[in-house]
Amino acid sequence: MANSDSAFRRWLRGEVDLSAELRTAEMPAPPEGERYEPRHHPALIRMIARQSHRLYVALVAVLCVVLFTVLLLAAANLPAYGDAEAPTNNQVSERYVNQGVEETGALNAVAGMMLDYRAFNTLGESFVLFAALCVVTVLMTRGRRKHPLPSETDYADYYADPIVHTMCKVIIPVILVFGVYVLVNGHLSPGGGFSGGAILSSALIIYAMVWGDERAHGAIRESTVRRTAALALGFYAVSKTCSFYMAANGLTGVASPGVPGRIFSAGLILPLNVAVGLVVCCTMYSFYMFFRRGAL
Amino acid sequence: MMTVFRVILLIGLVGCAIATAIVRKPMQAVIIYSAFSVVLAVLWITLEAPDLAVTEAAVGAGVTGTLLYLTLRRLNLIDQDEAHKEKMREEADEHGKF
Repeated sequence: MANSDSAFRRWLRGEVDLSAELRTAEMPAPPEGERYEPRHHPALIRMIARQSHRLYVALVAVLCVVLFTVLLLAAANLPAYGDAEAPTNNQVSERYVNQGVEETGALNAVAGMMLDYRAFNTLGESFVLFAALCVVTVLMTRGRRKHPLPSETDYADYYADPIVHTMCKVIIPVILVFGVYVLVNGHLSPGGGFSGGAILSSALIIYAMVWGDERAHGAIRESTVRRTAALALGFYAVSKTCSFYMAANGLTGVASPGVPGRIFSAGLILPLNVAVGLVVCCTMYSFYMFFRRGAL
Repeated sequence: MMTVFRVILLIGLVGCAIATAIVRKPMQAVIIYSAFSVVLAVLWITLEAPDLAVTEAAVGAGVTGTLLYLTLRRLNLIDQDEAHKEKMREEADEHGKF
């Protein structure tokens, strides 16, 4: 180890120039028939690399232990679950719990919070998804529009397999119906836009996997996916902005909470759930198709 | 009973998280990561957060796993068995790629 220590010191003193190893372009071409010999000692460089790797591992270990300890200590100092004296039990959550159903008409308090009290927060999340969709579209279609990635050899032809094919015929409609149920019942039961949209998109992804890219491309058009995502997001932004400004003046005719528990209740929450779900569904499905095929 | 169940799930969660980080093959890491999401979804249900459980199961176990798998395919990081290699070779011969 004494030897390696001195190597490191030599590097510190500037006797060994590591960057010279990278400048291969400036080196004169070796004469014909003569074997290329590196000017510096490869063994020395390898030793330095090994040492810095050891340092890296040690630092990572220290960082992990410190972070682990800090997080565990923080978790141990959190107030107990259901503690009445916890700082989160303030007037905000009190209002959500006591007057949420009355004010929003949503039995699912989470949906009432996300799509009524904090609807602009959810609008921002939907815009994040939409921005991700735009970026993936730009990156994956750059320079080869109309020319999808070369099709890969599949590990198995699922369409030719009678078991997979028949089971998917049965299961895809069930998944779709469940997704619509989660979406439409978002204000009554657990679920809502994000989870319903993810379930719908998983049905579409299974369809594209089993029936093949080409058939999925024919069945679900590129323009439909794009227009659906853009229209859903636009509807969300316009309707929520309208209700935000109009409800302030007491005009709650369109978006009245209604009778809590009915399917057509809770004002704007139901259409907003559907809009968020469509955006999520289109984004997930487009991601799959872009990664798989390079085009929708 | 519930506590025992929850402790088992938590141990499984930590196990899955460590295994994801230390397994050698990327495909194994993706599969174990999906299993991590499934365990976490069950944990959300025991914590009475069914909203999160549904989303975790759909996004964490389903869509994320699919996207990671597709990325690994594109990067050719999945080990292929002999039968598949043979099939690829045959198809390449047919199309005259080599």
